Parts: sequence; structure tokens; C-alpha cells
Amino acid sequence: MVPIAIDNVTLEYDTPAGKVTGVKDVSFDIGASEFICIVGPSGCGKSTLLNVIAGFLPPAAGEIRIDGKAVKGHGMDRGVVFQDFAQLFPWRTALGNVSFGLEMKGIPKAERDKIAREQLRLVKLEKFVDSFPHHLSGGMQQRVAIARALAYNPSVLLMDEPFAALDAMTRDDMQLLLADVWRATRKTVIYVTHNVAEAVYLADRVIVMSAHPGTVQADIRIDLPRPRDPLSLEFVDCQKQLMRHLGHKVSGNGAGH
Amino acid sequence: MQDAATTISAREAPGHSPGRAASRLRSIWRNVFPFIVVGVLWEIVAISGIFPARLFPTIETVARTFFALTANGILPHHAIETLIRLLSGFALAGVFGVTIGILMGRSRLAEDIFLPLVSICAPIPGLAYTPLFLLWFGLGSFSSILLVGFVSAFPVIFNSWTGVKAVKEIWVRSAHSMGADDRRMFTHVILPGALPYILTGLRLGLAQAWRVLVAVEMLAAVPWGLGWLIFGARKFLNTDAMLAGIVVIALIGLLLEKLVFQKIENYTVVRWGMVAA
Repeated sequence: MVPIAIDNVTLEYDTPAGKVTGVKDVSFDIGASEFICIVGPSGCGKSTLLNVIAGFLPPAAGEIRIDGKAVKGHGMDRGVVFQDFAQLFPWRTALGNVSFGLEMKGIPKAERDKIAREQLRLVKLEKFVDSFPHHLSGGMQQRVAIARALAYNPSVLLMDEPFAALDAMTRDDMQLLLADVWRATRKTVIYVTHNVAEAVYLADRVIVMSAHPGTVQADIRIDLPRPRDPLSLEFVDCQKQLMRHLGHKVSGNGAGH
Repeated sequence: MQDAATTISAREAPGHSPGRAASRLRSIWRNVFPFIVVGVLWEIVAISGIFPARLFPTIETVARTFFALTANGILPHHAIETLIRLLSGFALAGVFGVTIGILMGRSRLAEDIFLPLVSICAPIPGLAYTPLFLLWFGLGSFSSILLVGFVSAFPVIFNSWTGVKAVKEIWVRSAHSMGADDRRMFTHVILPGALPYILTGLRLGLAQAWRVLVAVEMLAAVPWGLGWLIFGARKFLNTDAMLAGIVVIALIGLLLEKLVFQKIENYTVVRWGMVAA
């Protein structure tokens, strides 16, 4: 819902061997309500960059601005979904997890329950409001995590490979669901993945990063009409184009990993 | 969705399986069987006359003494005195132990101050402190309670500290991103996240409290208490009264475990899937 500017961001890690540059001079802009995927090999710093945007890590240089304001630490204008299923609080039911942010905001119980129920309906979990996370499958837990990140109505949704630990079939369902949720809520989404097909399915734009140090290698607009058909020729072409940028050898017809 | 259906059936399965009553009986039998074996062996030794009957009474004698001492109120009086000391000492250990442990987990300074002290004092047997406490605080209930609190605080401190350290970073990050301030991070995330460890610490602390209390009652010249009952009965060769006292200690321990700890655990960490049932 709000534009984001990533301006010359550099990030360094301390290692026993000295300082290592994880991300170097990364700049790109994100439009309001845009769905951005960041794709790259492991070690390219894409998750680190997301953590900087979330405010969990300070950049060594550069700045991130959300709606013109520089990011200083975490804030409720951003919702975060991690890859790890363990992100949910095991001592709270699905409803309790989703209403956490609302509780922190000081919204009265009746109202936050109502909002949380609505969010759980959005991710098709209305039957499981009173279930504890350990009774839910991995896909359902990730849906609760999405509902939880959306519930307090942040303008930006940050997602760090949220479906990477799911089986292929569940992942397809989840991508479909996320596309629907995004259409319904029009959040600005930054989504980190290493899965090219997932990026082409979800994104308006794909930022391709290369590793050591992490830099932006390409910025590709995906202009396919939605809902997208992963079996269409255009979809496969987009995938091939992305893979070439990632340095994969791609044959003339048909995509291959 | 297909994953929803599997979860429902998985949740309903344990409640309605046909062999449930039978397996419950089997588990009761498994628990009772060792006691029957020991009981039978005990009776054989008692009746055989290897030991004089005064020193090795039969189970019937112990049971008769147990009921007689219960009926005339002596055993309940001892038990209640002991229980009050146990719970007072344990409450001290719980309050101070959990507080210090959490402080150590949350603050580097507190950790640096307390960890060396706690590490040195914890392995020393509680009984070794007893004479010191008796000289400092006098004979009687007060020093017993203080000693019980002091000695049983150590497992509570260690486990609360470990529990806070074991709170998952991803919970803290999630809560931060959802706007939790320091106070609510503590009450809404750190405390419930550390609860499995804290409960373990309290359970170990209570066991510790029992051990040291029964021993200290033998030395602290208290007028009533199970430890005193057992120790005092020695002078008159009342082994049946000693055994009756031991039975009461076992029963109270069992009741506290089943009625307090298991209930709390089942309602919290087990229900949350943080600890297996």
C-alpha cells in the first residue's frame, strides 16, 4: 500500500576471519501494492536483506525508506512471515496467535477476536480458530502465520521463503491462496524465495540477486495476466529468462533446473 | 482442504479407540505389579523370622499401626506440620528461584553475579548446611523452612535460567514485529516460552525439598513432623511407626505429583504440544 525505497544498502557480518560483506550497494524501489520477489542462490543475502527491511538488522551503509520514512528498527507498518513453522506461539490457539498484534495495539478483546476470525477466514482456517499450532499441519501453520502478520493491518508484508519447507502439492495450494489474499488486501509484498516458478507465479517484479557479495543482478517485470497458468508457454518463457539470469544453462525449448 | 481432513481425524483418534479401557487396565497393572512382588518378598522375610518381629514387622502390622496412628490423629498431625514446612520452604524456593533464574536469563549482569555463586553452592548436599542454619537461626521450624527454601531453590534457578535461554529467537522476533514492548515480551512470550523448563525446575525443587526437610526434622528438634516421627521411633524400636511415616511421605509425594504437577502440565505445556504427555 506504500512505496518502499531501498537505497544503497550494504550489510556486513562479523566472522572469525574478519568482516564479510553479505550485501553490497543494493538499490531498488518498490511501488505501492506491488508484489516483489527476491530470487537468488543461497548466500546471496536475500534473507539478510529482508531482515534489514524488517528492522531486525541495521545496515552497515545505506537506508531503507517506507513511505518516505527511514526504517529504524522493527515497526507495526510491516508484517513478517518466516519459513520456520515454529514462528507461531505454541501456547496460543490459532485465534490467539492471530490476535497477538491487535492485543499489543490495545484493541479490546471482542473486536480483536472479530478481526482475527476474519483473517483466519481469509486463509480458509475458520474451522480451526481454537486449535493449538501443534494440532495443525505445516501448511495450516503457515496460513495462521500469514493471517497473524496481516491482522494488525501493516502496509507491507515481508515473507522469507514461507512455503519452502512444505511439500510440493501443499505449496501449490498456498501460492494460489497467497495470490488471492494479496488481491484481496493489496499489501505491498516483499517475498524472498529460491524457487523460480514460485517467483513467476506470484510476482509483479522479480529482483534477481547474485552471491558473494550479494548484489542486484537483474530487475525483471512479469507482465503475465493473473491468475497465471504455470503450464502456459509465456509462463515457461519467463522462468527460462529468470534462470538465465541466475546462471543456469537453459535449453532452447522447455525449462530445466 | 485435504490437510484439514487429516488433522481432524488425527485429533479424534485417541479418544475413541476401542482398546482404550483394556490398555488402561494393563498400564495400572504394570504400575502395581512391582509393588506386589516387593510386598510378597517382604512378607516372606517378615514371617521367616530372619529378623526379630519388632525390627521387621509384617505388612499387616504396619497397616494396623498406620490406621491406629491415623485414627488417633498423631500421624495427620505429623504430616500437616511437615507439609506446612515443606510448602513454606518450597514457596520460598519457587518465588526466589524463578525470579533469580529469569533475571539471570534476561540480564548479563545478573548472570555474571549469580552463576558462579549458584554453581558452587548447588552441588553441596543440603544436609551439610544444616548445622550452620541451626546455629544461625536456632532449632525449630524457622530454620528448617529457610534451609528447605535455600537448598531447593537451586534446581529452580538453574532450570528457569535455562528456560529463558531456550526461548526461541523466532518467537521474540515475531513478537517484536507485532509491536510487543519489553513488559509484554516478558509476560506474553518469555514466561510461557520458558514454562516447560520452569515446571521441571519446580518439580526437581520439590523433590529436593522433601529430601532435606525429612532429614532436617530429625536434627532440628521440632516437636512434630514426619522426619521427627521416624527418627524418634528408633529409640523405642517402633519400626512399624517408622514405616507408617515413610508410607505417608510416599503418599504425599505421589499426590502432589499427580494432583498438582501433572494437572498443571496437562493444562499448559502438554496441551500446547511443548512437552509430550
